[in-house]
Amino acid sequence: MNALSELGIGKMAIVERLDLPEEVGHHLMHMGFIPEARIVVVRRAPAGDPTVYAIDGFEIALRRETARSIRVQVVEEGL
Amino acid sequence: MSDCCAAETIEIKVEPRVSGKVRTVALVGPPNSGKSTLFNRLTGLRAKVANYPGVTVEQHFGKLNGIGRSDLTLIDLPGIYGLDSYSEDARVAVDVLHGEMPGTPAPDAILLVLDSLHLRRQLTLAAPVLALGLPTLVLLNMSDLMETRGGEVDTLALARELGVPVAKISATRGTGLDSIAHFLDRKGETLQPRNPAKLELPVVGNARSYRQWATGISTRTKYKAPLSSEWTRKLDRFLLHRIFGPLLFLAVVISVFQVVFSIGQPLSNAFGDLLNAAGSKIGMFLGHGWFESLLIDGIWKGVASVLVFLPQILLLFLFIGVLEDSGYLARAALIADRVMRSIGLNGKAFIPLLSAYACAVPAIMATRTIENKRDRFATILVAPFMTCSARLPIYLLMIAAFVPNKPIIGEFFGLRAAVMLSLYLLGFLAALFTARLLKSSILKAASAPFILELPQYRLPTLRSLGLRVVDRGKVFLKQAGTIILCVTVVLWFLSHIPFHSTLPDSVIGHVGRWIEPVIHPLGFNWKIGIGLLSSIIAREVIVGTLGTLYGADPATHSLSLQAALRHDLTLGGAMALVVFFAFAMQCTSTLAIVRRETNSWKWPALQFAYMSVLAYTAALAVNQIISHLF
Repeated sequence: MNALSELGIGKMAIVERLDLPEEVGHHLMHMGFIPEARIVVVRRAPAGDPTVYAIDGFEIALRRETARSIRVQVVEEGL
Repeated sequence: MSDCCAAETIEIKVEPRVSGKVRTVALVGPPNSGKSTLFNRLTGLRAKVANYPGVTVEQHFGKLNGIGRSDLTLIDLPGIYGLDSYSEDARVAVDVLHGEMPGTPAPDAILLVLDSLHLRRQLTLAAPVLALGLPTLVLLNMSDLMETRGGEVDTLALARELGVPVAKISATRGTGLDSIAHFLDRKGETLQPRNPAKLELPVVGNARSYRQWATGISTRTKYKAPLSSEWTRKLDRFLLHRIFGPLLFLAVVISVFQVVFSIGQPLSNAFGDLLNAAGSKIGMFLGHGWFESLLIDGIWKGVASVLVFLPQILLLFLFIGVLEDSGYLARAALIADRVMRSIGLNGKAFIPLLSAYACAVPAIMATRTIENKRDRFATILVAPFMTCSARLPIYLLMIAAFVPNKPIIGEFFGLRAAVMLSLYLLGFLAALFTARLLKSSILKAASAPFILELPQYRLPTLRSLGLRVVDRGKVFLKQAGTIILCVTVVLWFLSHIPFHSTLPDSVIGHVGRWIEPVIHPLGFNWKIGIGLLSSIIAREVIVGTLGTLYGADPATHSLSLQAALRHDLTLGGAMALVVFFAFAMQCTSTLAIVRRETNSWKWPALQFAYMSVLAYTAALAVNQIISHLF
């Protein structure tokens, strides 16, 4: 299991769990970050952070400090 | 601008709910699914729409005139992901749906608007909304786009699965809206609450079970997701590029300012000539006398001196419209997040701050999307530093009068645009500095997470851009025809009382000389002082005031306002004046909205005091420095 923040651009992974305060976790889950969801690392912002992730056909940007608390299982080379 | 920002909506009477009768219908849906676009279609009103999540932050009401049901009230709500609220705007939507919002009737029926491009995820919201048990019509918005991109969905099967009617619509094009009229006609007379128990709904509040439920339904209804817009990714590869991204951001900003001068200035000048010519024609017709003086020297010169900036302001709004409707704004927030974080502000604060370039009032309301309260207050307190459009008339006037039009980088970037850009930067830096100060003192808070959804790029429609420009023009004309008109009439009388006195001996002259010692170190004369006093109502009033005062003064009577100012002010005083305007809090509407959003007079009072001190000190420094240099 890895932290989402460790994944490079183009990597695909499956969300395992969110180690985040309940309110934030809930919000993210409603946005699609739920266990077993597929997630792809799309690109980083020009300054290297935040990172844009594709989940469910949506693109959502997260800062590294948030992505660090999202545990994922890397599956294969995506994109 | 004082009332520029309140969306045009109606007052409604809250009547007790009568079962069996539909009175109010609510628009519910995830953020950026097109609820407000549909609201505008159905009511004929103009709630603000743009291509980023979180544009609507409070409920709006309208009568359903668009489909001939003016007996029904439609409520537009902020977008939500679920029924548990996490931010101020989502709380509004949830409270209205539960009938717990004071002054808002509980809805009798629901129009659930889902973006059909992302139906699988958007369906998760259907579970908690259907569980409310209200008559519901599910609207699959942007279905035209879904179909052209090869998406498919079986609406009949979906209606069977959900137990409620489903219709495909396009709010932007206005297609499929007759289904709404049908739904309301049918439900209108005999309203039977649906029995949610008949439907197999997932466990309430559990995102995972919602999700499984939604996936199951979209599979069974043969939902085929459309190909994601390829050029959104292609564009982002360039617009969010490590080097080109920020450079392009800068180029966009610079070219906006340059166009305001290179195309806007000649338009404004021509418009000004037209207004002057019309004024003197009418003056000749009236002959000489006090009435002619009031009408031409007082009112006409005062109001026209503000009106001339209409073309430039509309141009700027056209640009803001393109940025907002295309989806670029969310990318700008992403690029700027690093800067925002270094000062301790939430990256989400960037969107309200950017929209403060139009007007601080809607920007302060837009902070409701910031979940953390301390972050939200810090953003509210710094938003008025952003250069709103009410500052434009005085900036444009002073720059045209005092700054030569020298090219810096060829035709592409001139000195006037550069001065204008630095004034905008100055306001932005003041906002950053103040935010830093607040976040390290009275509004300390742990950093809140930054979660931003990036919308797909869309080509702005001519209709939507046209509406924005027309609406903004109306607001500007209304302001000139009401507040500025009143101020110029009052000023004209005060500058002619006692009768047959000269301007310095009039009431206004006495008041002006009384405040002159305070502002003299800034390089301002007493006329500017009167302008500063009158602009406490709203910033653009100063230009009208100066137009009237210089028109009433025999020494400058026949000069244009620009020439009169050059005759009367030093370069130091002129630059000190624009810097004063960059920092000062001269806007009663902003103070009122800060009071409302923070629920206390403490914050607006603090804000007013802080900004006034900063404005005075900065203007003093600018005048002293420039006076010593030149």
